[in-house]
Amino acid sequence: MLHTPEYLLPTPSAVAAALVENAGPLTASAGRTLVMALEALVAAAAFAGLLALGVSLSRTLDRAIRPLAVGLQVTPVVAIAPLFVIWSGVDHPERAIVALAAIVAFFPIFSGAVRGLGSPDPDLARLFQLYEATPAQTLLRLRLPSALPFIVEGAKVASGLAIIGAVVAEFVAGSGGAQGLAWRILEAGNRLQTAKMFAAILALALMAAGVHVAFQALERRALVWWRGR
Amino acid sequence: MAQSEPVAALEAVEVDYPGRGRALGPFDLALAPGEIVALVGPSGCGKSTALRLLAGLESPTRGVVRRTPRRGETAVVFQAPTLAPWMSAQANVALPLELAGVAAGVARDQARDALARVGLAQATDARPAQLSGGMAMRASLARALVTRPRLLLLDEPFAALDEITRRALADDLLAIWDEARPAIVFVTHNVEEAVYMAGRVVVMSAGPGRSAGETTIAAPVPRPAAFRTTPAFRDAAETISARLAQAMGARA
Repeated sequence: MLHTPEYLLPTPSAVAAALVENAGPLTASAGRTLVMALEALVAAAAFAGLLALGVSLSRTLDRAIRPLAVGLQVTPVVAIAPLFVIWSGVDHPERAIVALAAIVAFFPIFSGAVRGLGSPDPDLARLFQLYEATPAQTLLRLRLPSALPFIVEGAKVASGLAIIGAVVAEFVAGSGGAQGLAWRILEAGNRLQTAKMFAAILALALMAAGVHVAFQALERRALVWWRGR
Repeated sequence: MAQSEPVAALEAVEVDYPGRGRALGPFDLALAPGEIVALVGPSGCGKSTALRLLAGLESPTRGVVRRTPRRGETAVVFQAPTLAPWMSAQANVALPLELAGVAAGVARDQARDALARVGLAQATDARPAQLSGGMAMRASLARALVTRPRLLLLDEPFAALDEITRRALADDLLAIWDEARPAIVFVTHNVEEAVYMAGRVVVMSAGPGRSAGETTIAAPVPRPAAFRTTPAFRDAAETISARLAQAMGARA
């Protein structure tokens, strides 16, 4: 109708056909990207949690680590990605992808945990002081529980960023070793199979939306449990 | 007659906050065992600071704070119930005991008893979010009483509640006091509440707070019925109100 070439703008029916035709490989690749993003999320959460604990317990650590964490956040991941690809080796691009996605997912969790650990009601903190609670008791029974809502929110934001990180990292790596959705997009692009590109992008969007909805529900459940209503 | 040692005393204390100047003092207050003292004063006069000094939570810039209660013998109730939202009422009330090393089962039982004493036997498993304002304040009181403190400090505890609930809680607090006779310092804006609750009402001047006079209320505690209508009550309330107005700088 508009006489645009098929390779510039495929028709919706062409995209749908490409989606159905490649459903198997696309689903498998979506799974690969998802697994890498989740691995990155777990690694980021562990590292961010530990660091946040250290920062909240020691003033020196706080002054040392905060600028580094902020620096990490503002550095575009595309700039450090090639370095990671070299470090992980040609045969193991998934290591670089997970590492880069973890770097991207780190800051929301770190920032949420730090804020949460410092968030307890000051009067409740005074009561802990009054009853001469040990630092361990104050951490386990006041600061960590107070931090939960902030950590959960940070994890929700980080989950989306981890997917973005995994996709960007795989683009930069430029190899099919990890077989994620980004590779499908690259591969189709190289062959001017634009409908297949669209199909892969759609699959990515659906997967990311699903993850977001899942984390949203998890967050709501956690908050209801925490708040008691 | 032997002079009993005060449970806690502030001697010529002054508190300066860096950048904010003097918040309190010079101020003196001595608290005899089992005595109920009300602190009344305008906003910003340092009533809460005085309470924190008595609790041992803060040190004065000058002057001396004497405290005889040992670990766990002081309790504080704030204006907000300050309950941890992630724990049940019973777990909240058991917290001071558990922090002191009491076994969890024993602490839970004592917490249940404390909640029953404030009329919350049915609400042990409720979360703070499910409690009304008055119920949450009762739970906060139960938490303060569970360690059987010798010194109980209350910072405008009923300020956020309606008048009927305030009166009910005032009577409940006096009844509970009658059981163990802790020394109580009760900070309030409400002059009539101060006269109803206390054996001695201290008026504080505007910040930095100093004592602007004391009135003794010579009537039995817990109060007899219709105490609020007696001439003694009304006279004390008017005297204190006049003194408070003067302390706030208004024309009496």
